Amino acid sequence: MTAAPPTNRIGLTLNDYKGAPSTLCDGCGHDAITAQIIKAFYELGTEPHMVAKLSGIGCSSKTPAYFLNRSHGFNSVHGRMPSVATGVSMANHTLTMIGVSGDGDTASIGLGQFCHLVRRNVPMIYIIENNGVYGLTKGQFSATADLGSKAKSGVMNELPPIDLCGLAIELGCSFVGRSFAGDPKQLVALLKAAGSHQGTAVIDVISPCVTFNNHEGSTKSYKYAKEMETPLHELGYVPFFEQISVDYEPGSVQEVEMHDGSKIRLKKTDRDYDPTDEINAIVTIKKAHANKEFLTGLLYINENKEDFTTIMNVGDAALATLPESITRPPKSALDEIMAELM
Amino acid sequence: MNTLAEGSKEKLEQGRVVNDFSIQVATVNGSGSQSSNSVLMRSIFQMGIPVSGKNLFPSNIAGLPTWFTIRVNKDGYIARKAETEILIAMNPQTAIEDVKSLSSGAVCISPVELRLEAIRTDVLHYQVPFSELAAKASENMKLRKLLTNMLYVGIVAELLNIDHAQIETSIAKQFEGKTKAIDLNLNAVKIGRDWARENLKKQDPYAVEPMNKTQGKIIIDGNAAAALGSLFAGVTVVTWYPITPSSSLCEQLIDYLKAYRIEKESGKASFAVIQAEDELAAIGMALGAGWAGARSMTSTSGPGISLMAEFTGYGYFTEIPVVIFDVQRVGPSTGLPTRTSQADLISAHTLSHGDTKHIVLLPGSVAECYEMAGDAFELAEKFQTPIFVLTDLDLGMNNWMSDPFVYPTKPINRGKVMTAADIDKAGKFERYRDVDGDGIPYRTLPGTDHPQAAYFTRGSGHNEKAGYTEKPEDYVNLMDRLEKKFQTARAFVPPSVVSLEKFAIIGLIAYGSSDFAVEEARDQLKVANIATSYLRIKALPFTDELRKFVEGHDHVYVIEQNRDAQMRDLIRLELPDLAMKIRSVKHYDGLPIDARFVTDAIMEQER
Repeated sequence: MTAAPPTNRIGLTLNDYKGAPSTLCDGCGHDAITAQIIKAFYELGTEPHMVAKLSGIGCSSKTPAYFLNRSHGFNSVHGRMPSVATGVSMANHTLTMIGVSGDGDTASIGLGQFCHLVRRNVPMIYIIENNGVYGLTKGQFSATADLGSKAKSGVMNELPPIDLCGLAIELGCSFVGRSFAGDPKQLVALLKAAGSHQGTAVIDVISPCVTFNNHEGSTKSYKYAKEMETPLHELGYVPFFEQISVDYEPGSVQEVEMHDGSKIRLKKTDRDYDPTDEINAIVTIKKAHANKEFLTGLLYINENKEDFTTIMNVGDAALATLPESITRPPKSALDEIMAELM
Repeated sequence: MNTLAEGSKEKLEQGRVVNDFSIQVATVNGSGSQSSNSVLMRSIFQMGIPVSGKNLFPSNIAGLPTWFTIRVNKDGYIARKAETEILIAMNPQTAIEDVKSLSSGAVCISPVELRLEAIRTDVLHYQVPFSELAAKASENMKLRKLLTNMLYVGIVAELLNIDHAQIETSIAKQFEGKTKAIDLNLNAVKIGRDWARENLKKQDPYAVEPMNKTQGKIIIDGNAAAALGSLFAGVTVVTWYPITPSSSLCEQLIDYLKAYRIEKESGKASFAVIQAEDELAAIGMALGAGWAGARSMTSTSGPGISLMAEFTGYGYFTEIPVVIFDVQRVGPSTGLPTRTSQADLISAHTLSHGDTKHIVLLPGSVAECYEMAGDAFELAEKFQTPIFVLTDLDLGMNNWMSDPFVYPTKPINRGKVMTAADIDKAGKFERYRDVDGDGIPYRTLPGTDHPQAAYFTRGSGHNEKAGYTEKPEDYVNLMDRLEKKFQTARAFVPPSVVSLEKFAIIGLIAYGSSDFAVEEARDQLKVANIATSYLRIKALPFTDELRKFVEGHDHVYVIEQNRDAQMRDLIRLELPDLAMKIRSVKHYDGLPIDARFVTDAIMEQER
């Protein structure tokens, strides 16, 4: 007899958070991210049926099929997941939303919708699985490819990249992180923190394309990312339901308290980085580009910004399921309107 | 000062023309003439006389010519009429052309300094010293310009004998609660009226006399009517991007929602209205909301429809309820943004790449804009698909007289949505299986607490369990079921309205706002001894009455407002064996179709 598998705080196993088998290439960075999404939701103990997973089009956008089988999924059209997410959020703000997009999906065809999602602060986790190339159409550069990065065919990228984290901060995003598919520990902590955030949480994850962008000369390869990754801090997440106190050397840890009572613990590295300082975050990103650095971690957080649900002034119940007694005004209302038009 | 021209003598000899004429006011947009025109129209309406108003305006905010036409008709015809009996020529830019377009014997009221009498001697001119009178109305130069418009209201009121009490009521309504504005405007009307009484000798035959044909009626534009329909259909998520001529639909809906859908105690809204960044996002949001279970809608016009193509196809293929209002304007491209058209019919009906067919509702009056908005939400959830409601600028933005709207008689039906208990009872849930044989599958909403409730929505090939597939048989199965669902819809969309005339060998077919002109044209044709039956299409797919109607007549004319005879072509595709019987009358100059045009076009072909 085998031992029963471990369960989380709501009695579900890790398997209950899995999806269909991946059809992506072996070793794809996206699968590593999928594994951390499964782990994050399992460890958070989120009710799977209260999650909506959304995506656009591309390799990355296929991945919601590979996690959270018990959650409704919406694999939308290319670059337009943000608008769908905004609509879902308005219809039912009690859902936890996770969106998965790619660099083509977000930085090119979907750049406009991405900007407006962030501007509205629609509450959701927005993951960009960033590999610098279009995988499904066989390796064309995307708009996040670094200047001078080399394609598999040997062609050099001649345009500067769009930094989606920098852009998100500029647009007022209230949670911006960058990570690497090869750094599961940091990624899972970021994902869990994003889950506690009330507003748009953008996580740009460098996720190497093993087939089209993992060669020498690429700045989005496993080798390059592994060698170059510089964490801004050691990231820890303590959920509200298991408050652990650990003694740290005074001044070595910055704690950010989240809406649901969870905490992000940022243990300082040799850098002294404060992710609540918006201007410094922008400067840091700019400098990283100039210095060809690959900085990861929580780049910016603002727990005091109103999310779109609050701005829209909807009640506690989901609009989707309001009864007719609330959504259809009484006959007296129509009579009143008609009288005014006579 | 007035000059009597030769032509008008004949008119005078014919005697008085009561409650049957058109007034055209030519002004500059941004001059504030809209309030005056509303007051004029409403005053006549309140005298119990049927009226209709049409605003012909440029795509511009200030400084370009605009025309407002008020048709007064005792018989209740409210279509556009091409001829004008009374012109109020206030715009120096267009005055010469405006006067030239009058028919002999018409009346022209104009500022004296324009000296229009020299241009047409066969027109009866009433020349008015507007600047002088405006100076009396206010010392403020800016106000004078606005009040000039109220001066012509006074002059016309005196000439036509409009009740002053009705003008007072209309002005009070127009400037609701603003005492100062009410006084200023009333005074201007009075100055105009007094001047006309003392200085003009009535020489034209036109007059109004009280009737009782408008009692209990309302005046409303189609966009407001559609907004009301949506309000009472229980819409919860509204997404839109501003575009003429549809903007006022969502804007008026916002006002109604704020008035009637904010919970008193909590102050919370039972709705969300999002002004999107573009139409791509507007439809995406509406689809997302529909998928998650909200009654959602968007409203747009032609260019927006083009942008919504990809997502609308997605909604059709993945079966998501959503309502799309298309207030049609003249295309293609930017086209004539402030002119009316029925040319989006085929593009809306088949919007998207791939094999796609959408249900389209075609309201023919403001009352139907209201009713069909309600129908659209019911059909969208019943059939789990995008539903188009095609109105047009003429219906949407102009003011129409109507019977008051009727409160919905049926409770809201959310369609085939399975709860956790339903899944337990059924033992399983498969998103795209045709369980009932009507082509309509069952769906679940996100948040349903059941391990089998979730499914994955994808615009790629999917099988009955919503799983990814590229198998030929799965694709065919899906496409055939979607077709079956579309065929099922024939029995549930609003049926055509049929009016059979005894011994008529000719049938007329029309839809949407062409109805007003067609109804009037039928009477004109009758006078010319041409009896016609009439079928008005209210939806696509076609309903059963169509074949019978075409079969029952020697030939039929499909009357519509587009160049390509789009509805005629759809009918020919529907009834290929009867294609030779189907003729066309097309009107596509951007102005609303008028009865005389229809009558002449048919007489020409019947010759």
